[in-house]
Amino acid sequence: MDKFSVFSARLVEKGEYFTSGHRACQGCAEALAVRLVMKALGRNTIVAMATGCMEIVSSPLPTTAWEVPWIHVAFENASAVISGCESGMKAMMRKGKLPPKKINFVAMGGDGATADIGMGQLSGALERGHDMIYVCYDNEAYMNTGIQRSSSTPWGASTTTSPAGKVSKGQYTQKKDMPKIAIAHNIPYVATACPSFPFDLMDKVEKAAAIEGPAYLHILSVCPTGWRIPSEEAIKYGRLAVNTCVFPLYEYEHGEYSLTYRPHPILPVREYIEGQGRFRHLGSEDIDSIQERTRMEYEKLVKLSEED
Amino acid sequence: MAKERKGIEVSLAIAEAVGQADCDLISAYPITPQTHIVEHLSEMVADAHLDAEFVPVESEHSAMSVCCGAAAVGARTFTSTSSQGLALMAEIFFIASAMRLPVVMALANRSLSAPLSIWNDHSDTMMVRDGGWIHVFVENGQEAYDHVFWAFRVAEDPAVRLPVALNIDGFIMTHMIEPVDFEDDELIKRYIPEFRMEKPLHPDNPVSMGCFAMPEIYSEAQMTRERALVDSYATCVKAWEEWAAVTGRQYHPVETYRADDAEYCIVTMGSLGETAMAAVDELREQGEKVGVIKIRLWRPFPFDDLYRAAAGKHTLIVLDRAISFGGPGGPVALELRSALCNSPQAPVVVNYVAGLASRDVTVEDFKAIILGGKAKSAEGDVAGFTFYGLRG
Ligand SMILES: Cc1ncc(C[n+]2csc(CCOP(=O)(O)OP(=O)(O)O)c2C)c(N)n1
Ligand code: SF4
Ligand SMILES: [Mg+2]
Repeated sequence: MDKFSVFSARLVEKGEYFTSGHRACQGCAEALAVRLVMKALGRNTIVAMATGCMEIVSSPLPTTAWEVPWIHVAFENASAVISGCESGMKAMMRKGKLPPKKINFVAMGGDGATADIGMGQLSGALERGHDMIYVCYDNEAYMNTGIQRSSSTPWGASTTTSPAGKVSKGQYTQKKDMPKIAIAHNIPYVATACPSFPFDLMDKVEKAAAIEGPAYLHILSVCPTGWRIPSEEAIKYGRLAVNTCVFPLYEYEHGEYSLTYRPHPILPVREYIEGQGRFRHLGSEDIDSIQERTRMEYEKLVKLSEED
Repeated sequence: MAKERKGIEVSLAIAEAVGQADCDLISAYPITPQTHIVEHLSEMVADAHLDAEFVPVESEHSAMSVCCGAAAVGARTFTSTSSQGLALMAEIFFIASAMRLPVVMALANRSLSAPLSIWNDHSDTMMVRDGGWIHVFVENGQEAYDHVFWAFRVAEDPAVRLPVALNIDGFIMTHMIEPVDFEDDELIKRYIPEFRMEKPLHPDNPVSMGCFAMPEIYSEAQMTRERALVDSYATCVKAWEEWAAVTGRQYHPVETYRADDAEYCIVTMGSLGETAMAAVDELREQGEKVGVIKIRLWRPFPFDDLYRAAAGKHTLIVLDRAISFGGPGGPVALELRSALCNSPQAPVVVNYVAGLASRDVTVEDFKAIILGGKAKSAEGDVAGFTFYGLRG
């Protein structure tokens, strides 16, 4: 799909596979991300989902928001569960117990499920080379349990377990670089995306689905509730994250990096930080240091993509 | 494979049986004493002796998760573990039964850390006693081989759809070379029909599995789970009868030895049953009216079979191979006491804990336990439990 075409929106799949009526908060960009991912994947998909906001909002018995086969087993094991679905079907198709069919095997989890508790299982699944896509919806904290910090929470963010206080600036560690960890597994495809850039996101999902072997997608998913922003501003903050280079959009395909979107001009991180309640305790120097780190990280990425 | 008798290590016989059962997916993580089972399975897959996916995961938690995913798409699945591995997969162990995923697991029973011990007892399996699985215990190589088929047959039965744990004593059985009568593939194929899940995960007919429950529905979900496990009893028995019809080898939920006229019975589970029988033979020669009660089906608990076996007995002497720390006794004795307490003329239950971490329980030990239990019963010293053969 041509990303810059004004007709792009018309080409998008009309069907919904993550349907309305789920119970996500108003303005939840994680739910939007799931919806877009599902549109790009289409009907022939099996989803294994980790415990977390998206699982809870979409599956209260006896209802479901899922129009594709969907399974939830636990918090840390979506990647292992989808490994089982993929390998089980592979064996059955090979043995003639099931008619052959091309199916997208997709595991989904939040940043906590991915970067923390499910990291070993994800690593195992990527290393084994299953034909699967893993999608991490990164809202930068454990939102489902009440906005606790994860290793994907950025430095300085106040959460319920990294609260800002007299002697605390909130989260005191730097955000774990999950896409790089995925890349270190030498898998064919890794990409970052954000639902504020919906066509870019869907292109990447389609690419991930077309590629044989494991693919990893890391999607920044703004959570108005946890970030303490007005619910109508999730899209705006997603754009700001990308346009300030706090969350660059890039791909890693068969060993090569490429930036899929270069903000021009690059906006100061201040614009991204200032309106968010989770950062409101930070002073000018703190924001400067975030700016400096953001610049350095982005430059590294630009270099990597130019090398290739 | 054709019908034939072989001398074979029990672990390999189990693996061969999984192959004969035409399993689609095996996922496991190595732990002593389960290793020979999964090593042999991966060999069978590598040699195209078995057409299956062998998924070599990075932990037991993943092994059970992979099996859940595979069972959910309708694949026949097998895993095997022991001790710490079971402890690590415990979270998913409980979920597999709740989601009615018919995984079959060979549980090579081993003691739990700490102190670290690779040897055999039942502390691992007792940890997941309440996990909603069907649990069966076997006593020798033939029983282990036979019960692989039984486990698939029961687990996948549309009336059951529950995972089955096949408990085999680690080392004492897994590493023994025993004579095993192998059955031919055609017989096995007839005994376990192809697994057909009614509603597997498949894009042609989307279903949601593993939804969460509000309090309004959680209890009902647990109730259906309980009912499924209790009702599986009928299929367990039917599957044994069908097996007996084609092989001549008959199994029962509770089995007895020289127990009909016995006043005192030793109660065992697993491989120690054979030693207990030898001890009973010797005591019988000395004129003691003793017998053996062996519990084969641990879950669903065979209440009626137990009542029949225990009827008219003066005292049951229960040998437990695990401890419920801080509780009133070993888990088997606890269950027997609670099962029997309201029955008329309930026998006295005396409890010994022995054979932890493969500490030998010899024929002489069994004799001492049985006679010791008889004496305790006479003295009314029957509360709690006794550690048998402690040093120091
Ligand atoms: C083993 C285990 N530990 C803890 C939990 C509690 N828990 C459920 S969801 C969750 C956080 C989910 O965070 P994340 O993966 O980032 O998803 P989000 O809700 O933010 O979308 C936690 C801690 C659990 N369900 N299982
Ligand atoms: S807490 Fe955040 S991620 Fe969770 S449903 Fe609400 S807005 Fe979405
Ligand atoms: Mg999160």
